[in-house]
Amino acid sequence: MIEINMQETQLPLKAEARNLSFFYGSFQALKNVNMPIYEKRVTSLIGPSGCGKSTYLRCFNRMHDLYPGNRYEGAIDFHPDHTDLLSPKVDPIEVRMRISMVFQKPNPFPKSIYENVAYGLRVRGESARSVIDDKVEAALRSAALWGEVKDRLNEQGANLSGGQQQRLCIARALATDPELMLFDEPTSALDPIATASIEELITELKEKVTILIVTHNMQQAARISDYTAYMYIGEMVEFGETDQVFIKPNKKETEDYITGRFG
Amino acid sequence: MNQQELQALRTMIVAHKRWDMMFGLLGILALMIALMTFTALFADMAINGLGRISWEFLTSFPSRRAANAGILSAWVGSVLVMLVTAVAAVPLGVAAGVYLEEYARKNWVTDIIEINVSNLAGVPSIIYGLLALGLFVYTFGLGQSILTAGLTLALLILPVVIVATREAIRSIPQIIREGAYACGATTWQVVSDHIVPYSSAGILTGVIIGMARAIGETAPIITVGALTFIAFLPPAPFTGEPPAGVFDWLFAPFTVMPIQMFNWTSRPEAAFLANAAAAGFILVLMTLAMNGLAIWLRYRLRKNINW
Ligand SMILES: Nc1ncnc2c1ncn2[C@@H]1O[C@H](COP(=O)(O)OP(=O)(O)OP(=O)(O)O)[C@@H](O)[C@H]1O
Ligand SMILES: [Mg+2]
Repeated sequence: MIEINMQETQLPLKAEARNLSFFYGSFQALKNVNMPIYEKRVTSLIGPSGCGKSTYLRCFNRMHDLYPGNRYEGAIDFHPDHTDLLSPKVDPIEVRMRISMVFQKPNPFPKSIYENVAYGLRVRGESARSVIDDKVEAALRSAALWGEVKDRLNEQGANLSGGQQQRLCIARALATDPELMLFDEPTSALDPIATASIEELITELKEKVTILIVTHNMQQAARISDYTAYMYIGEMVEFGETDQVFIKPNKKETEDYITGRFG
Repeated sequence: MNQQELQALRTMIVAHKRWDMMFGLLGILALMIALMTFTALFADMAINGLGRISWEFLTSFPSRRAANAGILSAWVGSVLVMLVTAVAAVPLGVAAGVYLEEYARKNWVTDIIEINVSNLAGVPSIIYGLLALGLFVYTFGLGQSILTAGLTLALLILPVVIVATREAIRSIPQIIREGAYACGATTWQVVSDHIVPYSSAGILTGVIIGMARAIGETAPIITVGALTFIAFLPPAPFTGEPPAGVFDWLFAPFTVMPIQMFNWTSRPEAAFLANAAAAGFILVLMTLAMNGLAIWLRYRLRKNINW
């Protein structure tokens, strides 16, 4: 079992993974993961390549349901209504309506900037132009992109730079007021300046929304997250407040990874 | 590396590059054979037929006298049959392709369907003619009509449309799909908002290439009972026998370009052979125009999509 030592244990939970295991066919990629996710905090997942960070993240929006042969065990208890995100009785569409995702590679649709941001609203059946206009603007502002694109909303999203595209994808994920946002290495395809702007953005976003982020970059985890989880070959080795995990980790493996002796 | 080694290296590179050139030449030769053959045929047809091409030729019905004969009923027939073909083949083919790519589970049943679709593309066209004669003419009682011919050719090009649809869909990156699903879209929303629009260029190209093949088909059209001599046009909407409707032309007898050509080539008089060459020239132009349209559409629709 993992040890969770915390000063702020009274913080409200947004979600909690309980004995979560995941299988790609017969290959077990996650083993009995237990982990809390605190509301309006940034939680980062670190660990060597192939340890199951993406796999874990993609359980939260049931992305694995898109492919045959995948199987979940255990539960993710989602607060405040205590819906088990992994239950076969819960529709993955419902889950994805509440939890949005930003991918590693910016993936704007080959549509206009406006339509990219509006897509989540359209999917929800929103058709009032004024409502969509307002929400698109608000999302683009929150994603710190409004100033750069307000005069070219009808241009193709793909015409933007890589960093702008990623912020466009963040705006798309924000437009529908998600309760939890998942980020899978959102800056790994970006240069340092674009990376810094996305990091700043994430820090601002946590005022409104809970964030779970996978990152390969340990400085990034240290800079932006309140909690950090270290994973290794499908297991949650250590979870704690970021400062604690980076300054005095409980586990030898965590320390080795963080200090670069391994990984 | 000393001078001697450098020299040896350069000699080796030159020797290797000789193969590049040899293959390049071979390729050009192969290309020439294909292109020259077509150009020669086309030029021959043009020489024989160009003298016959005139406004009258396009606007006259066939006639017993070669000099008065034209291709009005043939090209109108071809155009209408193609219209029916497109209207029938596009929704069916696209739906089948979308189903196979986006909905069907990948198991042995879909494997068998997949193999069969590829096989259908190789079935001789006369077989489709026989099938259509039994199914559309006798069983459904659609008659020896434009509708029957259009549906027959639709069956013929269906595999092409399905394969083109699937290929176009497969070129859409998975991350785009995942992005759409992550927004909470259902499969139907992903298909109608993303998959079909983004693959429309590829689908249209496939459809037009299929149609360019179908417009020259003769055997299945003869089998379902096209006429070889016809001196009237299908009724325009509301002009047929009472009670006249919009779609009376669907049930009209008809002929098409290749049949008109075939009919003229079987006549002994040289003047009819010139007519056949002229009709062939126009048929080739129609085909080239369709392929041109395919290229243009592909360019237009793909302009905003680059992955
Ligand atoms: N579709 C799949 N089918 C089978 N095994 C998979 C699949 N996707 C991932 N895996 C395996 O699951 C394990 C975890 O993969 P995952 O992508 O979650 O790692 P990760 O921690 O995100 O790595 P990275 O940092 O390189 O992105 C790996 O061993 C991987 O090979
Ligand atoms: Mg990953």
